[in-house]
Amino acid sequence: MNILDFNKLSLRDINKTLQASDKNSFFSIKNPKGSHALAVGINKQITVKVVGSVGYYCAGMNKFSDIKVEGSAGPGLGENMMSGNIHVTGDVSQYAGASGHGGSILVEGNASSRCGISMKGVDIIVKGNVGHMSAFMAQKGNLVIFGNAGHALGDSIYEANIYVAGEVASLGADCIEKKMTKKHLSKLENILSNANVSDYNLDTFRRFGSARSLYNFNVDNAKIY
Amino acid sequence: MKKNSITEPRTSHTFDAYTNSEIRRAAETGIYDIRGGGSKRNLPNFDDLLFLGASISRYPLEGYRESCNTKVILGDRFSSNPLNLEIPITIAGMSFGALSAQAKEALGRGASLVGTSTTTGDGGMTKEERGHSKQLVYQLLPSRYGMNPDDLRKADAIEIVVGQGAKPGGGGMLLGQKINDRVAEMRTLPKGIDQRSPCRHPDWTGPDDMEIKILELREITGWKVPIFVKVAGSRPYYDVALAAKSGADVVVVDGMQGGTAATQEVFIENVGMPTLACVRPAVRALQELGLHRKVQLIISGGIRNGADVAKALALGADAVSIGSAALIALGDNDPRYQKDYEKLGTTAGSFDDWHEGLDPAGITTQDKKLAKRLDPKLGGRRLANYLNVMTMEAQTIARACGKNDLRNLEPEDLCALTVESAAMAGVPLAGTNWIPGT
Repeated sequence: MNILDFNKLSLRDINKTLQASDKNSFFSIKNPKGSHALAVGINKQITVKVVGSVGYYCAGMNKFSDIKVEGSAGPGLGENMMSGNIHVTGDVSQYAGASGHGGSILVEGNASSRCGISMKGVDIIVKGNVGHMSAFMAQKGNLVIFGNAGHALGDSIYEANIYVAGEVASLGADCIEKKMTKKHLSKLENILSNANVSDYNLDTFRRFGSARSLYNFNVDNAKIY
Repeated sequence: MKKNSITEPRTSHTFDAYTNSEIRRAAETGIYDIRGGGSKRNLPNFDDLLFLGASISRYPLEGYRESCNTKVILGDRFSSNPLNLEIPITIAGMSFGALSAQAKEALGRGASLVGTSTTTGDGGMTKEERGHSKQLVYQLLPSRYGMNPDDLRKADAIEIVVGQGAKPGGGGMLLGQKINDRVAEMRTLPKGIDQRSPCRHPDWTGPDDMEIKILELREITGWKVPIFVKVAGSRPYYDVALAAKSGADVVVVDGMQGGTAATQEVFIENVGMPTLACVRPAVRALQELGLHRKVQLIISGGIRNGADVAKALALGADAVSIGSAALIALGDNDPRYQKDYEKLGTTAGSFDDWHEGLDPAGITTQDKKLAKRLDPKLGGRRLANYLNVMTMEAQTIARACGKNDLRNLEPEDLCALTVESAAMAGVPLAGTNWIPGT
């Protein structure tokens, strides 16, 4: 295991080391002090453990690597990630997984507003609650919420799926509750087991997605726009 | 019986023929007009300025003999690999999706022939434009369609798009007609649906966040490539200051004559400021921060010829960017397709329904047959010719003003033809020492 200590190294040093490391390396990052842009742009299968909380954009544009934050994360966690896995033991701020194309994010605590905004294929699991406008304009992928969802969930959603076990404050434009089919139950089970989540009851989840009524402009929808 | 004299029919300035037709169209369809291009109003513009030329108080340089530098470096504030351009005219961001793959290739070929850069657009980077653009600027847009770190690392510069002159504060729209399989796949959306591009970035708001976003992009790309920030020309003084403060290497200011692939007509014509009015406030913001020439300023929106280039540079810009003009150079709105334009209910020179994908010139389309009309090699050559002409025109003017570098042109080389343009450009009204507003 390689230890990278923020008390001794700069952000540039740490990111450079992670980005240039050999495949299958393991790193432990100490004293992150809420640093922004930590462990961004990693392009290979490595494992990174961050001991403490991080700031904006941790694990941004991640590919292949597994990154665990033992603490909480600021805005834009795993933004535009392509693959790999991100695991946060605490809470996360706004825009978690924004425009993520693939991979998975597991948040053990709560996620703030706009979780999964513009997501394009990433799977996001939040064990707690999510804030308003989550999955806004979500294109593809899955947002799984164990707790409650704030207002305007899934506003202007495209082909992503949202699964919620708790209460939904309100749905956004063009987002509707959809039938939970066997296929979707199986999908949900896969998403959870791939993220090593075991304490769940599939029967408690409801599924939400697009009514597809806003896909092409129609003047009769003018009041919704 | 004696006939009364007949008065001529009197048309209304308020309800002119275009206005009336637009009211009828709205009543019939229930949809606001969407179109491509930039403002078509008769706005104050660079034509309202004149160069004074040299005489006794200043002496000129010999045309064709004495050199006049056109090179410019963009982005050397923080990046280790800035763009080294042979000419101060770049190609603005235009997306694959809005444009055909052939058009993107032609832009890359033409720009590379003369040593300048092209820019991607909403929808990501295609292999055609990366392959044919020696210097390619990769846009980070609010939609993040097609955004991925591999392409980010292939880019020679990154442009964070905050706004666009045709629609400050507005997002984009690519109608379903242009969403074929390839465009749909690149944007991770179903084929045939209208694709909306948001007006704000999904993961930041405001200058403090943007500073951190820039840090992230630099960390991903190893601080190698320059970071541009593009803003619409609406509040250039504040926006340029905030972009520079946030750590941009280059700021692009796009005035309201700047084109778009598709937006509401009411937006294009009623939101934003003329390009002419944007330059001096942008320059002043950089000067007050001590960053003029350190953070380079690119001006775009309705740049058409070497005189426009020279005037923008004289007012303090480091370079200009062209979009619509580059498309015209490729063949957009060419009269040789007049019959085809008529079939679409328009004429060569007025065609702006770029979003419908039926462009007779094969540029703003995803229709395979139409797209084949544009030969990328020939298109590239035409663009290179045009860029060379613009550059030589600008040099001609600069030499006449006694300048051996285009960027040595200065406001003192200019006068204005109208009170409005004098106030906007901050140069004296012709024949006076009067600069309105000072």
